[in-house]
Amino acid sequence: MADSIVPRTRTADVPDGRSSALAGVLIGVAIMAAVDEIVFHQLLAWHHFYDRSTPSVALLSDGLLHAAEVIALVGGFFWFADLRRRRALSGRLAWGGFLLGAGGFQLFDGLIDHKVLRLHQIRYGVHLVPYDVVWNVAGSVLLLAGAAVVWWSRSRRPGDGRR
Amino acid sequence: MTAAPPGLPGWSGLLAFADGGHGADGSGWSGSLPLTHGGHGVDGSGWLPLVPVALLAGGYLLAAVRDPRGWDHRRTAAWLAGCALLAVAVGPLAQLPDDPRGHMAQHLLLGMLAPLGLVLGAPVTLLLRVAPPPTRRLVGRLLRARLLHLIAHPVTVALLGTGGLALVLLTPMYAAAERHSALHHALHLHYVAAGYLFAWALAGPDPAPRRPGLAVRVGALLGAAAGHAVLAKYLYANAEILPPGLTDRDPAAFQSAAQLMYYGGDLAELFLAVALFATWYNRPDRLRPPRSTLINSTGRALPGWRRAG
Repeated sequence: MADSIVPRTRTADVPDGRSSALAGVLIGVAIMAAVDEIVFHQLLAWHHFYDRSTPSVALLSDGLLHAAEVIALVGGFFWFADLRRRRALSGRLAWGGFLLGAGGFQLFDGLIDHKVLRLHQIRYGVHLVPYDVVWNVAGSVLLLAGAAVVWWSRSRRPGDGRR
Repeated sequence: MTAAPPGLPGWSGLLAFADGGHGADGSGWSGSLPLTHGGHGVDGSGWLPLVPVALLAGGYLLAAVRDPRGWDHRRTAAWLAGCALLAVAVGPLAQLPDDPRGHMAQHLLLGMLAPLGLVLGAPVTLLLRVAPPPTRRLVGRLLRARLLHLIAHPVTVALLGTGGLALVLLTPMYAAAERHSALHHALHLHYVAAGYLFAWALAGPDPAPRRPGLAVRVGALLGAAAGHAVLAKYLYANAEILPPGLTDRDPAAFQSAAQLMYYGGDLAELFLAVALFATWYNRPDRLRPPRSTLINSTGRALPGWRRAG
């Protein structure tokens, strides 16, 4: 079996901080992508099942994003469960990673997808600036909170090895 | 496999069928269906494709009962669920009047959902348990064949599956299959075989020598799922001209068929991802580190093909 994605750590009862944080990042990215897709694409229908105005690159990227999001969600939770089972989970670092992943994805989506590549916008037919500001500020807050949690739990780890 | 997935039309009826009539024959209901209008491409003998499905279910049950070590009932349930989905696809759905949505539901069941149930039923493991030694040797030789490893490599299967789908839907083959029932049945057989091969190559409890690592399998699933989603949206966007060669077309029906393809593909991708990561999670050398090393050192479990947990 391949362990190329997941580093092999055989010792139990020792928190694997790096894996915990990465599993958190994976789940965070996947959940934010799912929220984006389910809430904004499907419930609010601010953009549609297929938006005729977007180029074929957007079609391909959308398909890839969607497939990756489902796989990352499932894989992230199995990874999380594996760490928990082996008592190698650091809860704080997993939460930090989750916030980092969620905020990072939202900021990436808001800046690169919306502004640089212009694949789609948050909403059409309205004044965009307030939407962009709210979207990107929310992403930055999540990202900074994640960085703070990771930094805080790493700095206090040498003292008490557990958690 | 047993969870009730939302979103497919007629799913409740399908589950009711799976509860009530998943026995070995399925003859209980086929007689009550209106066979008068014959369906598409099946000339009068609409129940004939049910015979192989009944044989699959019956043969498996017979083998499961004869297993000396006792066969896991969850495997039997998965296999019978797969057979039930096959029966729905070739029975009631084939009797519907010509409609792209019905075809799409049929293709989803045949190519994606039913094969996963069949793969989770571990038929090869069951065969290896109950068959006489010559058959077991033959199966072993087949499983070690280099050609099989090449064909059943996740990347090959992903390319063949998604590429084959594109070939059917983007060329006049779809229109041809509407007219020729032999081609129609051959295509259905192909969907089942390709779906089974894909699910087996990615996940499942059956022996799969030289199954590539997790990264390759995840990559293959990603590529196939993305290709499927893009193809569905492409068909949706071009419902007026695709699939080519049809005489009287209904773009709205083709659009909703494309949507069904998109969401159905999602569902299958989700199930397949769960099955794939579950094989990683349950692999024998990772179970409960301190104590299980003792259990595993008996050498009973070959990596990756015994159900663990």
